[in-house]
Amino acid sequence: MSQPKTVSLFIQCLVDSMFPEVGEAMVNLFDRLCIPITYPADQTCCGQPAFNSGYRKQAAEAAAHFLNVFADAEVIVCPSGSCVHMVRHHYPLLFEDDPAMLQRAQQTAAKTFELSEYLVDILGITDTGSTYAGTATYHDSCHLSRELGIKEQPRQLLRNISGLHFVEMNDSEKCCGFGGTFSVHYPEISTAMVDDKLDAILASGADTVTGCDISCLMNIKGRASRRGEKLQVLHIAQLLEPVHGGSHE
Amino acid sequence: MSKQSERASYTDLAHQGLKNAPLQKGLRGIQQRYGQGALHIWDSFADPSLRKRVKAKRESTLAHLDIVLEELTKNIEQRGGNVFFAPTAQDAVNYVLDLASKKEVQRVVKGKSMTSAEIGMDEALEQAGIKVVETDLGEYIVQLNQDTASHIIAPCIHLDRKQIGRLFHEKLDIPYTDDPPTLTQEARKALRKELLSADMGITGCNIACAETGHISLVSNEGNIRMATTMPKIHVALMGMERVAATLDEHASLLQLLTRGAALQKLSTYVSFQGGPSEKGSPDGPEEFHLVIIDNGRSKILADPDFQEVLSCIRCGACLNICPVYGRIGGHAYNSPYSGPIGAVITPLLHGINNHADLCKGETLCGACKEVCPVENDLPRMLSVLRHKLAYGDPQWNVTPHNKSEHRFFSLWSRLVRTPKLYHILIRLSGVLQRPFLSRDNMVSKLPGKFHGWTTTRDLPPIAESSFRQKWLQNKIASKNVVRKGQKD
Repeated sequence: MSQPKTVSLFIQCLVDSMFPEVGEAMVNLFDRLCIPITYPADQTCCGQPAFNSGYRKQAAEAAAHFLNVFADAEVIVCPSGSCVHMVRHHYPLLFEDDPAMLQRAQQTAAKTFELSEYLVDILGITDTGSTYAGTATYHDSCHLSRELGIKEQPRQLLRNISGLHFVEMNDSEKCCGFGGTFSVHYPEISTAMVDDKLDAILASGADTVTGCDISCLMNIKGRASRRGEKLQVLHIAQLLEPVHGGSHE
Repeated sequence: MSKQSERASYTDLAHQGLKNAPLQKGLRGIQQRYGQGALHIWDSFADPSLRKRVKAKRESTLAHLDIVLEELTKNIEQRGGNVFFAPTAQDAVNYVLDLASKKEVQRVVKGKSMTSAEIGMDEALEQAGIKVVETDLGEYIVQLNQDTASHIIAPCIHLDRKQIGRLFHEKLDIPYTDDPPTLTQEARKALRKELLSADMGITGCNIACAETGHISLVSNEGNIRMATTMPKIHVALMGMERVAATLDEHASLLQLLTRGAALQKLSTYVSFQGGPSEKGSPDGPEEFHLVIIDNGRSKILADPDFQEVLSCIRCGACLNICPVYGRIGGHAYNSPYSGPIGAVITPLLHGINNHADLCKGETLCGACKEVCPVENDLPRMLSVLRHKLAYGDPQWNVTPHNKSEHRFFSLWSRLVRTPKLYHILIRLSGVLQRPFLSRDNMVSKLPGKFHGWTTTRDLPPIAESSFRQKWLQNKIASKNVVRKGQKD
């Protein structure tokens, strides 16, 4: 195999500020796999909150910043399906009237991958050699599963974690009710939805829920905490990471 | 919309829905059975490309809508039917009122029509002193309850059989029962009298066919068949987009409609109407009137961003899968059109600012797009609606919806392009959050707008050191880090 490409870490803003351990897990994982990484430190936010709220001008400004920051990247990998959806599908839309920027957006979109997608589809890795003691279920985040079509990759990775008993929950592809600013603007509706999700998780018999988007997991974790449920909520990177896998108790 | 002037807000109605136990039970049932069922049908459909082909045909028909409607009109008129094109809701209502007055109509039976609700047909007839009775069982229950429909296909999903039993006991003067077959028999008895004595039947139109010059109506109760054949006059109200150019397109749409709506290969009844009964034939009305209604649809057709939504065949599948509709029910949408389709079509028909909450009150999860028989990209259109609300749009008479939100995102944009300042502010927030941290290191109460999150949920805190800080301080151990300028 030729020299692996250097991965530019695209650390979702929520991971950066609230869940740095997810980014660290990714670093450890790539380290174990002997994949060179780099981290463009001027990255901030991909612009998704502005885009989803309708502020496309501001989203385009954030997108232009992102394109500059990652201009030299060989390949970009992000631990979030919705951020990759933003870059892959919405960046080209934001620059449809600007051919030069459109070309840059398309080039960047073509080399931006979600973590589980990159491992399975690009690197051909389905077993990261990690271990975890527990029963885990998987939440399909909406943009990841419906817009990027990534459903099987994370499951393959999870099934190969030694010691992890994988179970499916009912309606795993049903929205958790986060929806970005939706969760703040319509908290009661959002809470009813996350309650449905939490009930499905608990009914599966799992002690751990995982997924590829920290925003959904933050919503699930926040509601589980308020309800006093005993549930581990971990990003898939944390389960795949060889060093800390299984030691989250 | 006559009932909209005094309407309660989306949020208030949504809260009422969340607390309504019979509604919650009904919604759970319909979503588990029909929403999941429709997805399963598409996944295992013998003709997997049918949806795509039909969508392409729909788009081509819409692009030639003027010609298609002309052909429909010509073919219906040749058979002795009347066609009236109504530019506005009021024009449609006036046409029917004039007709009713000319023909001295005193009793009207209806066969479930959302278009009639859109234009306020029933209220107008009642104000003119005409008795109007719904003959679709669900709509009949809703009418007896002086209520509005809460689902496109299952109008009384918000009522359980006990409530319906009490309603029938009170309004039909029968002993209380909550046995569905008995209740249905009672409704049938009452409705039969109405159907036999009505002077005019008013229906909607599921799909018209220009090539053959007919409209088709699907039902499972047989009420439509009677409402279109027993009274002397049949009036069909049709949104101007609900037409197939060819019989072939019509057949495909029908296949998708009954599957999307009720998981049926074909509904129990499909009625084809295209004119008055032929001379000497005992069946059919003496007069047939098709009212083709624009009421804002031309404007939608003219906008490439929204044209797609006119492909909708109103099957209701998107309601059966939407996790938001599945919790709040249909009344929150303040429109005969609820759920994801309502969230797009209602603002377009009745004002984007008026219905800003419908544009913003979804998570853009994409389930509606996945289940839609004609693959309408409703999340995309919701996103465009939000875009219009953000900055305003004179073409759609939209004014900027929320100036403080606009200011926030302008400031936010400056911040995300100034990484140093952005990251300093994150650190500062980490310090400011300290008084809000609970024992288990979660934020359990936030001030201002973010209060909404912490009313029912905790929020994990901002980390002491961000990933970026750790990286820059070389606290992240990795053998394979390529630092800037190091790349070979």
